[in-house]
Amino acid sequence: MKMTPIILSSLLLWTSVLSAETVFVTLEKDNAIAVVDPVAGKLLKTVKIGQRPRGIQLSPDQQTLYIATSDDDTVLEVDANSLAIKGRLPSGEDPETFAINSLGTHMYVSNEDDNQVTVIDLVKKQAIHQVTVGVEPEGIAVSPDNQWIVSASETTNMVHWIEAKTNQIKENTLVDPRPRALSFTADGQQLWVTSEIEGSLMIIDVASKQIIKRVHFSVPGVGQEKIQPVGVVVDDKRQWAYVALGPANRVVVVNAQTYEVEKYLLVGARVWNLAFSPKQERLYTTNGVSHDISIIDLAEHKVTKSIAVGRYPWGLAVKP
Amino acid sequence: MIFIRLLLCLLLSLFLTSHSYAEHKQEIKIAYLSQEKQVPAALSNLEPFIGDKGLQGALLGLKDNNTTGQFTQQSYRLKQVIVPLGGDVDLAFTELLKQGFQLFIVNLPAAQLVKLHQLNNNQALLFDIATRSDAFRHHQCLADVLHLLPSRAMRADALAQYMLKRRWRRWFLVVGNTPEDALYAQAIKRSAKRFGMQVIAEKKWLHTYDARRTAQADIPVFTQVDDYDVLVVADEQGLFGEYISYRSWLPRPVIGTQGLIATAWHRTHEQWGAVQIQNRFKALAKRQMQEQDYAAYLAVRAIGETATRTHAVDAKSIKGYLLSEKFKLQGYKGKPLSFRSWNGQLRQPVLLAAPTSLVTAPPLEGFLHPQNELDTLGYDQPETQCQ
Repeated sequence: MKMTPIILSSLLLWTSVLSAETVFVTLEKDNAIAVVDPVAGKLLKTVKIGQRPRGIQLSPDQQTLYIATSDDDTVLEVDANSLAIKGRLPSGEDPETFAINSLGTHMYVSNEDDNQVTVIDLVKKQAIHQVTVGVEPEGIAVSPDNQWIVSASETTNMVHWIEAKTNQIKENTLVDPRPRALSFTADGQQLWVTSEIEGSLMIIDVASKQIIKRVHFSVPGVGQEKIQPVGVVVDDKRQWAYVALGPANRVVVVNAQTYEVEKYLLVGARVWNLAFSPKQERLYTTNGVSHDISIIDLAEHKVTKSIAVGRYPWGLAVKP
Repeated sequence: MIFIRLLLCLLLSLFLTSHSYAEHKQEIKIAYLSQEKQVPAALSNLEPFIGDKGLQGALLGLKDNNTTGQFTQQSYRLKQVIVPLGGDVDLAFTELLKQGFQLFIVNLPAAQLVKLHQLNNNQALLFDIATRSDAFRHHQCLADVLHLLPSRAMRADALAQYMLKRRWRRWFLVVGNTPEDALYAQAIKRSAKRFGMQVIAEKKWLHTYDARRTAQADIPVFTQVDDYDVLVVADEQGLFGEYISYRSWLPRPVIGTQGLIATAWHRTHEQWGAVQIQNRFKALAKRQMQEQDYAAYLAVRAIGETATRTHAVDAKSIKGYLLSEKFKLQGYKGKPLSFRSWNGQLRQPVLLAAPTSLVTAPPLEGFLHPQNELDTLGYDQPETQCQ
């Protein structure tokens, strides 16, 4: 019987090793990425990467990290294990955000200064097309069936629906002022979009391309003008959605079935982008002004930890 | 004969295509009205005279609107009328009215704006991108005019909020000789009273504007008054204000029209996406964006926002939408911009900027308002005779 605690603790250790994942955070002002062990709650190291890194994403095969280094006018291909730079993609000028299709064959980059979306063939590593969109394109996403690329232009205030087959805009949805981020639901039926200036969340029906619901937020004791929604993610079961509210320093939990607000979670200052852990047990947030990331336990909807990472954390990618 | 028939065919087909084109595209016509300015005497050669302040901003707004217009089947056209020195602005305006223009970006002094308002007789909607006159926001209300730049009162309130936050409560006010300087000083005194601060001394500048004589000899003597926290200078033309810093009798910061200035836009501003528009502007105009450019940009964008969302192009509908609660404009200053329904003033944060660094952007945290914190700057509804 004396053995039990030892076995138990070794079992616990085993599970924590099993679920260990790595979080990569781009640090806009440190020209670096932070490598974090979120389970141990530790910053492992900081690696210099290039000028003004912002958008970051893991390839579907999890072997490559793509990182937009905006001031170097490129998207870097980085080995996800060794963090060695493998190549530089012709992203066009000032790349900030990008999206990759689920096959890992194409990347779509927002070129904010040129009002364009650059299409990159990831196999040939070539820019193969440029799509003219509205003024200041930022948020970009690919539908789960790889049929649509959606690009949100912040000054035109539209979501442009680019057909992947032809690389042409087929439809435009007028949205609330200064749309920032957008995210498809896993079933591909809905597109969730945030508006920074209106302070709203819009849910668009993918079939009709129409806004079917608008959600507004209000946090007691926080001025309405501070509520500036940015990053948005919806879990795979479409049970809960999470929206980063920028300078309101909160992540809001929204019931993805009823669209009711469930809870506001206090995180770091100017919360910006969000990413799930691989099994969606946790949510990670970048907090631009407090220079840290927060970890939210999704079973309890509770903030469990914050980890200092470096100056101006922008985006994050999670490797299982 | 064959040739003529061909030509006719060609003409006919041209006519048909342009006709069907016009059917699908809605055209929004905007007039830009300004007058050439006398190049002022320069204080130094560092800041070149900019002749097209305002116009370049309007052109950038037009470009952005037309990018959006591709997706809404709308096209925007800007007619530029720059009246020469000594030319007749009134005539140019009535001419444009006759041609059917209903939307005007007006870059003209206050007195000329009043004349246009009288000639207009509520036909067109005027976007004033030049005046900062408090009279238009307080008692001389121009119903058909929207004011894009912050008034003097808004600027002074922005400075006052920051001074109060820093506890720089005792001010020494130095006023230049022009009527505009007197108006600026009036706004400063109003703000001091409003936020419970004190003007402990006020002096009018009576010396020369010569850099060598004035800067080294006159200023240390001129600035000998009782102790104060901050020196406020009212010199809108920039004739002597720049000389005061580092030369005052007491070592005190300088704010107002020089030193730490209150402005709608500044080259050091890069937050809230401002880098993007600063870059786009520089690419277009080959110079830094000035506050008149920002005002003209916002005016054209406000027209664009309305046309995109309502498809209305007449002055009355556009004005109705712009003054409604639905209208929210993104202006790269972190808060939605809108118009005050009572006096047509654009609500906006005011930037406080030093020559090479942005200090802050009031309204500051803690200055509360029951409706909209932006209304802690300038004449609020209960304080004005405008309705």
